[in-house]
Amino acid sequence: MKATIVRAGFLTTVQDLGRTGYRAFGVSLGGALDSVALRVANLVAGNDNSAAGLEITLGGLELRFADERIVAWCGGRFDVRIGSASVPAGHAALVRADETLTVGHAETGCRCWLAISGGIEVPPTLESRSTDLRAGFGGFDGRALRDGDEIQFGQGPQSAPAARARISSWSAPGDWSQTAKVGPALRFVRGADWNRFSDSTLQCLSREKFSVSPDSDRMGVRLNGPPLEREDAVDLISAAVVPGTIQVPPSGNSILLLGDCQTIGGYPKIAHVISVDLGLAAQLRGGDEVRFSEVAMTDAYQLLMERERDLNRFRLGLSLHDR
Amino acid sequence: MTAGFPDIAPLGDSALIVRVRDKFEDAPDETLNDVLRILHQIKDADIPGVIELAPAYTSVAVFFDPIRVIRAGAKPEQIIDWLGERIAVAVGKRGKRKQKDQTACVTEIPVCYDPNFALDLDHVAEHAHVSAAEVIELYSAPEYRVSCIGFTPGFPFLSGLDKKIATPRRDTPRKEIPAGSVGIGGAQTGVYPLRSPGGWNIIGRTPLALFDPAKSPPALLQAGDRVRFRSITREEFDAI
Repeated sequence: MKATIVRAGFLTTVQDLGRTGYRAFGVSLGGALDSVALRVANLVAGNDNSAAGLEITLGGLELRFADERIVAWCGGRFDVRIGSASVPAGHAALVRADETLTVGHAETGCRCWLAISGGIEVPPTLESRSTDLRAGFGGFDGRALRDGDEIQFGQGPQSAPAARARISSWSAPGDWSQTAKVGPALRFVRGADWNRFSDSTLQCLSREKFSVSPDSDRMGVRLNGPPLEREDAVDLISAAVVPGTIQVPPSGNSILLLGDCQTIGGYPKIAHVISVDLGLAAQLRGGDEVRFSEVAMTDAYQLLMERERDLNRFRLGLSLHDR
Repeated sequence: MTAGFPDIAPLGDSALIVRVRDKFEDAPDETLNDVLRILHQIKDADIPGVIELAPAYTSVAVFFDPIRVIRAGAKPEQIIDWLGERIAVAVGKRGKRKQKDQTACVTEIPVCYDPNFALDLDHVAEHAHVSAAEVIELYSAPEYRVSCIGFTPGFPFLSGLDKKIATPRRDTPRKEIPAGSVGIGGAQTGVYPLRSPGGWNIIGRTPLALFDPAKSPPALLQAGDRVRFRSITREEFDAI
């Protein structure tokens, strides 16, 4: 019912779909930075899609299992193995007792999500199993995993034969399981302070390449590139920000906020990356290049609906298969 | 509420902001009352797809799940308008809800100004051209109000600071400020509930926990609450 963290890697945390209902108290949404990747990995591993899994940043994880589990992972282009056998993204795989799962370094991308049948069993804090690293609560003792930690799993939902059948025949579509792209273009809608920027700055945002600064983290992706300049100098009153918000501090180097971002901010909001592209944003790591392209709000919703419909079909397909 | 308000604008594709005024400092109390009133009105309206609400200074953020809003009958191209109409109706209802007596509850926060805690007390005193003892006196006199919770979980941004001791933020923020530190940042004051980086001038420390994820609610304070600071000795601090 457990596994030992032989090596924790660069940054591995317990995450679920995030913590809602507490933003009025300043508590971040948090959760898997690509919630769809975790949902898909969970479905393939036979879990409820909101079960807690591991978010692995830049790899280096080694996990030894005490009993048999089905595992599945989605995310960047990582080399994942059970013993010496390679485990492709989006495929269910069986780990036997005493076997070791390793997540090597990422060829492309920054993060991947590992679901383990039964889910990771940590006590929910404020209704979520996500780790809030900044505030130091939730997940595994409110911190990243360390070498030697033992993580517990819930009751596996699968009988062994059903599990084996699942392994032989089911995998998630490639664009859900392998989500990192080289030099991605993230789609955005305009932010409330769009008109505070000059036309040339706004053109910059859509035309130029930006590079990802190495001091990016779960709070946000810090971008270097042509400075985004405001036309006015009015002091703004702090208001809510959300994952996906692109805010522009006075330096002109923008920050694309991710799941662990603060609940409020006082910097102008030039744009917001749309929900369906947040998973791509979660793959950006220091040195990467990224572009932005504007879409209409209607397109953002159309894309979101299509993805949700496809996810539901996938879930339905899996449940029919398991019956 | 001023003409043209509340103003409803999208915040990305899964949230929107309802703004009641464009300024806060002019009338913090009334603005906060307006914000809290519409917060409760929107909450009471129980609009389908709305996940949670959070107030901040002049506005209320409405977080929603677009998929659930569509399931409730909104067309994908009209989600923001669909929610906006329902919010406008909710906010337009007058006098139905009894305004809570805003003066009823005042939270007293004990603060120890021991030199080991009060890293910037002398700097604040110098900036205000008063003694450290006078800073403490000026700081303990007013009743403050929580304008907003943010920055870190449970961090209260308080209005009501005596202008005499308003002090600009430090040029270089500290990498780490101990939990419980009481600070002044410009015309605002607040308390760091957790060990965190910060740029405010630290004048003392409270032994109270302002954030405890094991409690419900997890934060000691919320927007609209009233606060007083009471000076305590190091012995009292250690005993709490």
